[in-house]
Amino acid sequence: MSASAVKNATALPGRRGLRRSRLARPSEFVAESLLLFAALSAVAITLGIVFILVRESAAFFTHVPIVDFLTDIQWTPLFESPRYGILPLLAGTLTVSLVALAFAVPVGTITAVYLSEFASPRLRETVKPVLELLSGVPTVVFGYFALLFVTPLLQKLVPGLPGFNMLGPGIVIGIMIVPYISSLSEDAMRAVPMHLREASFAMGASRLQTAVRVVLPAATSGVVASYILAVSRAVGETMVVAIAAGQQPNLTFDPTEAAATITAFIVQVAMGDLPHGSIGYQSIFAAGLTLFLLTLSFNVLGWFVRRRYREAY
Amino acid sequence: MVRHFHIDNPTMKNDSSTAGVHIPSARAIESVGAGGFRSDLLRSTSKSSAIKAEVRGLDFHYGGFRALKDVSMQVQANEVTALIGPSGCGKSTFLRCFNRMHDLYPGSRYDGEIRLYPDDVNLLAPDIDPVETRIRIGMVFQKPNPFPKSIFENVAYGLRITGEKRRQVIHEKVEKALRDAALWDEVKDRLHQPATSLSGGQQQRLCIARTLATEPEIVLFDEPTSALDPIATASIEELIIELKERVTILIVTHNMQQAGRVSRYTAFMYLGELVEFGETSRIFTRPAKRETENYITGRFG
Repeated sequence: MSASAVKNATALPGRRGLRRSRLARPSEFVAESLLLFAALSAVAITLGIVFILVRESAAFFTHVPIVDFLTDIQWTPLFESPRYGILPLLAGTLTVSLVALAFAVPVGTITAVYLSEFASPRLRETVKPVLELLSGVPTVVFGYFALLFVTPLLQKLVPGLPGFNMLGPGIVIGIMIVPYISSLSEDAMRAVPMHLREASFAMGASRLQTAVRVVLPAATSGVVASYILAVSRAVGETMVVAIAAGQQPNLTFDPTEAAATITAFIVQVAMGDLPHGSIGYQSIFAAGLTLFLLTLSFNVLGWFVRRRYREAY
Repeated sequence: MVRHFHIDNPTMKNDSSTAGVHIPSARAIESVGAGGFRSDLLRSTSKSSAIKAEVRGLDFHYGGFRALKDVSMQVQANEVTALIGPSGCGKSTFLRCFNRMHDLYPGSRYDGEIRLYPDDVNLLAPDIDPVETRIRIGMVFQKPNPFPKSIFENVAYGLRITGEKRRQVIHEKVEKALRDAALWDEVKDRLHQPATSLSGGQQQRLCIARTLATEPEIVLFDEPTSALDPIATASIEELIIELKERVTILIVTHNMQQAGRVSRYTAFMYLGELVEFGETSRIFTRPAKRETENYITGRFG
């Protein structure tokens, strides 16, 4: 076939050539570019936040040795002779989060198992949205709920419990994050294929045995992912602890004591009138960076756990 | 219309029968052996004659749909009974009545009886515990469905849920079940690897081992080889033929050659009805009903 015949073939009247062209479908190109831009902007904002955190923290660490920051047992950046040990804030954060998880993990998991394996479809469709509504309640409401309702209740059970403590807000944060665990875990359990349940029932397993021995293990990756999300949520929670845990940095893991968390400190200082560029101001960023690294490590941990426990079904 | 199918089929009066069960002579079987049936297999098992289960006027409804219509037949102990028929004819639905699988889903209703012997109880009665029933009547599914656990834990599952705690007993029974399922030699060095690392045929034999571990009396096979290649299929069929020495087997199959190869009795179902039931050799050579003939000769289905 001659070259001119080929050329003629591609240039049939009324037809476009076969060659690729960006401009062949302009709307496609525009839409794709917009989507890419939207996706990149989220990444850019995240990177920007990290950049600011690191830059301001770097300035902070030129004044405060990083060893002091990590080992000093006092956090008093606003005092005459300031001390910058993050440990008290870290202890407060972890204690409150542990209390929250101790409440939310069992309650959330049991709720998920019930909704996925036992509840009738109608009940499930009613309860699930109501539970998810919990996460729509403003956290400031939860804060006053902890301070004015849960703590007085706890004071009747735990004599000598101070008005500000970590137990009350911990439990309330636990209530707050139950929907994260129950909803995501339930999704993971319902995604377990029916044929695995049938295999279990056909062996003579009861509903509970099937739920605990087959469905829950098969859904592990999703369930653990929900725990990790809940941890991140608990660690990052601000309002409840700022209101109900007291604002005194206190190096203790005793939930009945008052303490401040990283977030509570940040909100407390950020609302004060610290001069821009002072060490006290910069300490917010150092605390924020710590918090960021904490949640990041939970997320990475979650990623590894998910990979490790991904049960192929 | 009530159809009752009994083994002493009046169309085959060439032999005496014990306990109302027709036992063909070796010669009668030999004569159909050329049609692709395992005549040696049929002959070797003509010793048993007990009835393991009897279905009487079974109707099954779900969601207002009558999926089974007045099904009656007998299941011979230590024999393989095949259920054949076109898709949607109700053969799997029928099979799943035996271990009350339909109880798992709302909106289903059984009428009629499945009497289990020697207990002489109606499996479908409301006072029968489906969980207990399923321990005694095992099931192997169409698609191999091992749990996402180790090979060992898959087989141990039935023992663990029935409360067996003694490690020694569990180990012995797991090994025995794997041997019975002709899988032991292939997996004995990797019992603690995930079951999903096995091939499809091995997974299906693992599912059979899992079912056998609790020593059921009846094993229901729901198209056990439809997801497998011909070689894996052959090994499963061989296994089924061996297993009938110890258990009663009901097998749903789409594959008529398979029914011919493994079963002693065949039930042909169509549109929720049991059209014809009898010895496999007769059903395949001299079907009494036009629908059966059309189906087995490949005119539909």
